[in-house]
Amino acid sequence: MRDTRSSRILFQIGAILFALIITTLVLFLAGAQPFAAYKYIVLGAVGSWDVVTNVLVSWVPLLLATSGLLVTFTVGLWNIGIEGQITLGAIFTTWAMRLLQNSGWNPSLILVIAMLAGILGGLLWALLAGALKTFGGVNEIFGGLGLNFVATALNIWLIFGPWKRPGVASMSGTLPFDRSLWMPIAVGSSRLTPATLVIAIVGIIAVYAMIEGTYFGLKLKAVGRNPKSAYIMGIPTWQHMMASFAICGVFAGLAGAVQVTAVYHRLIPSISSGYGYLGLMVAMLVGYKASLAAPVALFFAALNVGSIQLPIILKLDSSLAGVLQGTLVLFVILGHGVRAKLLKKTKVSS
Amino acid sequence: MNNSALVTSIAGVLAAAAPILFAVIGETISERAGVLNLSMNGMILLSAMGSFAVALATGSVVLGFLMGAAIGALVSLIVAFASLTLLQSQVAVGFVLALLCRDLSYFLGNPIMGKVGPRISQVPIPGLERIPILGTILFRQDVMTYFSFILIVAAWFFVFRTKPGLTLRGVGERPTAAYIRGANVNRLRYLYAAIGGAIAGLAGPIYSLSIKAGWKGTISGLDGIGWIVLSITIFGGWKPFRAAFGAYLFAFLQWLGLVLQPSLPSVPSQVLQVAPFPLMILTLLFVNIGNAEWVDRSLARLPENVRRDIARVLRAMNATPPAALGAPFEKE
Repeated sequence: MRDTRSSRILFQIGAILFALIITTLVLFLAGAQPFAAYKYIVLGAVGSWDVVTNVLVSWVPLLLATSGLLVTFTVGLWNIGIEGQITLGAIFTTWAMRLLQNSGWNPSLILVIAMLAGILGGLLWALLAGALKTFGGVNEIFGGLGLNFVATALNIWLIFGPWKRPGVASMSGTLPFDRSLWMPIAVGSSRLTPATLVIAIVGIIAVYAMIEGTYFGLKLKAVGRNPKSAYIMGIPTWQHMMASFAICGVFAGLAGAVQVTAVYHRLIPSISSGYGYLGLMVAMLVGYKASLAAPVALFFAALNVGSIQLPIILKLDSSLAGVLQGTLVLFVILGHGVRAKLLKKTKVSS
Repeated sequence: MNNSALVTSIAGVLAAAAPILFAVIGETISERAGVLNLSMNGMILLSAMGSFAVALATGSVVLGFLMGAAIGALVSLIVAFASLTLLQSQVAVGFVLALLCRDLSYFLGNPIMGKVGPRISQVPIPGLERIPILGTILFRQDVMTYFSFILIVAAWFFVFRTKPGLTLRGVGERPTAAYIRGANVNRLRYLYAAIGGAIAGLAGPIYSLSIKAGWKGTISGLDGIGWIVLSITIFGGWKPFRAAFGAYLFAFLQWLGLVLQPSLPSVPSQVLQVAPFPLMILTLLFVNIGNAEWVDRSLARLPENVRRDIARVLRAMNATPPAALGAPFEKE
């Protein structure tokens, strides 16, 4: 086998097929009708203009998270702490909005300040993970996981403590903000907010341009490929790692801010909605390259939204979307390995 | 709190630590051989669900436990295959499996949610259970808690006092040297990944067939345990006794959270439940900080006697992972 574009695409199609086969087997195992399940996922994702806008609503935070993670992956870091960074972004955004909601300021100004506060929250939490890694020798995976738990605890404490609804605190979150403080919704849509869509698209383009087109991006890549030789070449390693943590934190904070200002309009216990972990999956699936991140994130968002109706229609758990996404990423990784083995074999024998 | 309540609580902490112990010892064995199994969080959920489903269908808890071990071994073998044979990143595959197994357990476990099934009960050991205090703490537990005591000692003995244990450590520390001495590095890594996975897989049924009997989906309270297991493995410095100390410390902190609840009404219960998680992981900072370069540099500036004391404390806390953890081994 030769290293051609077609062999690569062949393996990717193979991975998709394997993922579908395994998911279908899982559906049979659950006693469900696979084709009904797939049909309702597709209908649930593209069946009406309303659900299509829901997919876009879900695409925005996922794409923001993925964009940030592409930067940390470029320097070879596993920023699992992104879930906590999203949560902190949401907390800071809520904090700013609570402070300013009765100030009488222009709502647009309040929203801009709230988004900036969200960025600050994500940034601080990411720099904390970076500092633990750089100065404490704590692997970013475990430091990040710890910070995720801290962020969750902080979030729940705020919702049930100082920021609880008048009367009784509940898992449904804080009191929703006044409608004037909602991110403006597109005409003819129930939830889609064009401003956040623009932010996400500009974000991924900026990350692509930075990694592929700037000297800074080249240095990040050098650190990611081989930190030691990059250091010897005169690239300060830990500064670049911290910088990539900071950039990822900015994106994560934005994702959290979007969740508060444009999706839930309040703080809820699971405000990050797992977009950080899902973003890691998207980044792995696209081989850590920015060019494919947007469409793949859109596909993952469609799977998530499409499976929401499964419990009601087919009495199946909506985690089916995660099963399909997980098997897909798993087989793409295994496919990479098999292909590399075959290429090596060809090289040796020829 | 009177004495007998305290004694019962200590017994409860030992039982609550049993699944964590199995998982931590299993992961320690796997990592000692050089295979980092990051899938732990999903694996425990899937083995908890799978073993409960089997026990429910067959009425046999033994088959349930076997299912838990089988799921653990299978998931670990996927990580081993992807990394040892296909040379892909252990972190990537492990992370994907952590999420995939979690979603699989929620999806497949949907029909058996909330059902009442078989579970194991306490088996007091005749005679020994009558010893005052200690009898209640140690000898009125269920079978798996007894096994968890034995496991700590057995794992320590195997890893540090036997020849295969020496080879196991060699495979994870200096695979090339182990290979030259005649060890089949990759075969041993597969073997210990499977054994470690099977031991860790027993954590699932200990939850679903004993201390948190049944399957309750997303509200089982098991999501997150696996990540804690991975950090306790580091905290434990890949040594069974220190790992056991970490597991008991974690179970104790969780119990403390429950006890403190009534006296801290302003703190929501959800916060106290997760409180041990950040505490455990902050301890990682202390375990790791001795490895950081700047610590050495700043220590060098201190007067000799102070420096020696601090260095000794850091060394005592310090934990260094197996040198070849996560790295593939290829014969030249």
